[in-house]
Formats: sequence, structure tokens, C-alpha cells
Amino acid sequence: MEAVVVRNITKTYGKEKTVAVDNVSFSVGKGEIFGLIGPDGAGKTSIFRVLTTLLLADSGTASVDGFDVVKDFKSIRNTVGYMPGKFSLYKDLTIEENLNFFATVFGTTVEANYDLIKDIYVQIEPFKKRRAGKLSGGMKQKLALCCALIHKPTTLFLDEPTTGVDPVSRKEFWEMLKRLKEQNITIIVSTPYMDEASLCDRIALIQGGKILSIDTPANIVKAYPEKLYAIKANEMYPLLKSLKDYPGTLNSYAFGEYAHATFKDQMRNLEDFERYLSDKQLTGIDIKRIEATIEDSFINLLN
Amino acid sequence: MKQFISFVRKEFYHVLRDRRTLLILFGMPIAQILLFGFALTNEVKDSEILVVDYAKDAASQQVITRIGASRYFKIRKAALTHKEILATFQTGKIKAVLVFPANFNEDLLRSNKAQIQIITDAIDINTANMITNYMSAIILDYQNQISENLKIPYQITAETRMLYNPQLKGAHGFVPGVMALVLMLVSVMMTAISIVKEKETGTMEILLVSPFKPVMVIFAKAFPYLILSLVNVTAILLLSVFVLDLPVKGSVPLLFAESTLFIITCLALGIFISIKTDSQQVAMLISLMGMLLPTMMFSGFLFPIENMPLALQIISNIVPSKWYYIIVKSIMIKGLGISALWKETLILLGMTLFLLGVSLKSFKIRLQ
Repeated sequence: MEAVVVRNITKTYGKEKTVAVDNVSFSVGKGEIFGLIGPDGAGKTSIFRVLTTLLLADSGTASVDGFDVVKDFKSIRNTVGYMPGKFSLYKDLTIEENLNFFATVFGTTVEANYDLIKDIYVQIEPFKKRRAGKLSGGMKQKLALCCALIHKPTTLFLDEPTTGVDPVSRKEFWEMLKRLKEQNITIIVSTPYMDEASLCDRIALIQGGKILSIDTPANIVKAYPEKLYAIKANEMYPLLKSLKDYPGTLNSYAFGEYAHATFKDQMRNLEDFERYLSDKQLTGIDIKRIEATIEDSFINLLN
Repeated sequence: MKQFISFVRKEFYHVLRDRRTLLILFGMPIAQILLFGFALTNEVKDSEILVVDYAKDAASQQVITRIGASRYFKIRKAALTHKEILATFQTGKIKAVLVFPANFNEDLLRSNKAQIQIITDAIDINTANMITNYMSAIILDYQNQISENLKIPYQITAETRMLYNPQLKGAHGFVPGVMALVLMLVSVMMTAISIVKEKETGTMEILLVSPFKPVMVIFAKAFPYLILSLVNVTAILLLSVFVLDLPVKGSVPLLFAESTLFIITCLALGIFISIKTDSQQVAMLISLMGMLLPTMMFSGFLFPIENMPLALQIISNIVPSKWYYIIVKSIMIKGLGISALWKETLILLGMTLFLLGVSLKSFKIRLQ
């Protein structure tokens, strides 16, 4: 059974009709972790708000757990858990007060669903008398997740839950999501971090309100059409410029300490290319054939 | 119901944990009452006046002693020419000058007619008026005394009685005014800000995506401010009774009932502002500009409405605080009951229902 179905959703803002979501369709299976991957302004938050019944789409239909987002918005509000992008709990309330408040608002108690949040809550419990505003980024996210989970939602919407969180906490956070998946909770998560994409069951790469590709992370990487090279030199900027100027280059961009590039005709004449780079007075040249990452796929799809 | 209680408790945490909110909530009313009660009074006390006595005779001395004996004036004497008198006014220290012409006593006895000149600094109209009134009263009093034994064929004496406020105390006018002002500010601004704050921090999003009815969110947010405003009313009344010696003449329960009605009007206004704005600053500005100014100008608290141009008089009718001010003044000072105030009460009730209706209608169950 599909937990979330989105059909041809379009959402525009303002009088200028700025398009935020452009004819987007996808569906998410029950108990799946589905990732919306894309840069800021790609339309991720708008999709979340349409699905959580906070915004009305201009056209298209969507349903969560079989409930229509427009007609049955009350049923959806009863069953889903939502964690908005920026930290959205009460900063002047303590961890305990925040949790109790949201439990009551959702018509339940902390005790009733404690087993669901236990794994996460024990990590922040030592600080339960501390005000939420004084927590670290990672602890805030854990608290927010606890609050979103306290009523045992069937579907969990997490809008950029790891933005502004340190790498260790990010890793922990994703491990928690894996555990929630075992409870058969459907999770839709958005993130601008490409490395988190591989942790999802399926992802949608999204840019400018349009979905570029939907598949499992492995399939998306596998579908990368070109041979990809990582190239390093002591002089990074001249290297990037030389790559751009090289007549055989299809696409080139900086990628950490390397530059990634693809070439016409799958680069049959590697020595020729190496000679071109040394002619440009570049030193310490290192060229490797590599497998594409999600980010490479994303950049490729953008072109 | 459990949700509602939990929500209200949360709201109290917000208020009690924020010093600035607490200060505005409780510091402001107390400060205003004390300020208006003791510092910003328009009663004339110990005004410095200059006496220029060219007569230096028995009659002039008697008048000067009487004026000096009252607690309104502090007398300084000097023999100055007309030019010098004008110059002393420019220093701004002197509020008025009293000039006795030469032969004052003789004029009084021989021709039954003597003149005293009062010169006042009319830059401050109220003070100037009051000083002349007080002085004239003292002089008239003296005249009555010396003519007691004389037979004057026809005499009409106007006997004035200041009803409800015989000592012309300022507190009578401003306590109801401050109440209207404080309730307006607290209820409108605080509610508007606290609801907009939830929008700004994004908590509104979570609350909307919950089983809690959106309308209940609004009511739960407004309810604590109703309680806090009633606490304020109590504080102001206690201050006015025990510090300013201004007792409540009419029924206290009625006063509280009318105050509750007015607070709900304000809460509805606050809710309306919060629905139409997205940032705390804008909400605060609108509350201040849109509520504070009209309350000051059109409630009749600082400026009498009867003296305004007709257009402004008509506008003043849509300001809720005007009606509340009339009601409080009537209950507190005149001791009137509901039978005399049903019209004002109905108007206020109508406004409340209208505002509540409009607010609830424009409340959105979604973002935007």
C-alpha cells in the first residue's frame, strides 16, 4: 500500500506566480524512508507543507495514508508527525515541558508512547530541566523528533532535520530514523546534504520545483552515463580553468580537493590530456577513474 | 479540555519567564498610575508668583497674606517696572505676577472700586487658567469679607459646587483613563505579539498539524491575557483606592464585569491584528499606533471630545476605549449602575461580537 501519493502538484506564490513546485508526482510506500534531495529553494518545504495540509496546491492531488490533503485535512493532522525546517519548539520551555505539551496537544501522554521515543529520549533525558533554547543543535533535533513522534504517527515528515547539526549528531539522527522504519513508520525526509541521500530507501532529486530523477540511491548512481575522472593538481584554480578550456571536456567542477570531470568520447586519449595539463604549468597532477556519487549524478542531471 | 489547560499553562510559562513581558504587563500599569498620580498632575501646587506692590497699604497686605497662605502659591516680592516684569516672565520661573497699583486701599475705600492686575504665562493654558481662577477666588473672598458689614443693594452670588470631585483632584479623570489605556495595550499588544510569535518561530506550523482545533489555539492564547488583564484591573483599583484615595463609588462586581467585556473586545482586536501580520515588530507597531493613539486622543481621557470638530467626534465613536472610559468613570466616580450604562455596555458588546466574528472569519486554518 502506498502511504503517500503525490500527483501533478503545482504550487506558485504571490501575484507574480513564482513557481515553487512544478508538476511534481511521486509516491512513497508504507514504511519507506523517502528522501527529497535538493538545494535551498528547490521546493522541498513547499511539498512538505502541501502534504501536511498547511498549504493548498494550485493544482494536482495528494494523499497521505489514503486521506486527501484538502478534503480530509483533519484526519491527516491527527495521524502525521511533522518537524518543520527551522527549530520549532518553545525555547523558553524545558525539554520535559515541551514534550508534555506536545503530548497533550496530540491527545496522548508521554508514558503512553514512551517506548517509541525511548531510544532518542534517553540521550537528552539528563538535560530534561534545561530550556530548549539552551540546547545544542543536535539535542534540539532529538527533542523535536521526540515531539513529532510522541503521538505515534503513521507518517513522519522531516524538513531538513539535520541542517545546522554536527556530523556526529547527523549520523546518530539517521540511525534513529532506521530504527523508526522498523516500527513501520513511513518517513519522508528532505536534506541538502548529498551524503545523506544514500541512507534513504529511495530518493527524489529536486531542483527548481521539478523532480529530476526518482530511484534508489544505488540505481541513480548506476545510471550515471559518463566515465567520471577525479583530477588533482597543486594549483587548483588554474586546473579548473584548464579543464574548462580543454576542448574535450564535457563537464568539470570542483569536488573537495579534487576536480571532477567528464569527457567526450569517454576519454580515449588520456596521455594527450595529461600533456595538455603539464603544458599549462600544472604540477603534482593526479588523474583517477572514479565511481559517481549522488552529487555527481545530481550535477549531471542539472546540465 | 485537557489540551486547553495544558496550552494555557504553557502560555503562563511564556509570560512568567520573560522579564520584558512581565515588566510591560505589571510594571507599566503601576508606573502609569503613580506617574499620573504624583508627577504628571495638572493641579497647581506651590506655583511661584511675583507680587509687585506699589500700594504697600493695609488692603494690599491683607490680600497678599491670603494668597500666600494658600498652598497653591509661593510668593516672591519685588518692585519692578512693567518692562522688568515682562523680562522676568522670559526666565520661565514665574507663573504669574500680581500687581497692586499705588493707592489701592484708598481707591477701595473712596471710590469703592480698586484694580488688581494678574499677569500670567499663557504658554501653558491650563496652568494659567487655574492660577487666575484660584487668585480671583481668593480676591473675591477678601472682597466679600470687607463688604460684609456694608449694605449693597443688589448682589448676585454664584455659588459653585464641583459635583463628584469637590477638591478637583486629578485622579478622578485619569484612573479610568489609565485603566482604558493599560487594558488596551496589554490585551491588544500582548495577544497580537504572542500569536505572531508562534507564527514567526514556526511553532504555529506544528500546532496546525495537530488534532488541536485551530480556533482553540487562538482562544487558548487569548485566555491567559484575560486573566492577566483582570489582575491588572485589580492592581490599578487597589492603587487608586489605597494610594490615591479614590474609592470606587459604584458596584465593584459591575466594574469587573464591564472590564471583562472591554478586555474581550481588546483581545478580539489583538487576535485580528495577529491574523493580519507576520512579524512581531509589525504587530507591535500596529497595536501601538492603531490602539494607543486613538485611546489617548479619542477616549476623552486627555482631550474633551465635545470640543473636537464634528468629524473627529464621529470617529471617536468607533474607539472602544471611549465607551469603556465613560463606563468606568460613571461607575467609579458617579456611582452609577447598569441601568444608566446599558447603552454604552450594549455598544461595547456589539463591538466585541463584531470583532470576534471578523477575527474568527479571517482566521486561516492553513499557512498564508
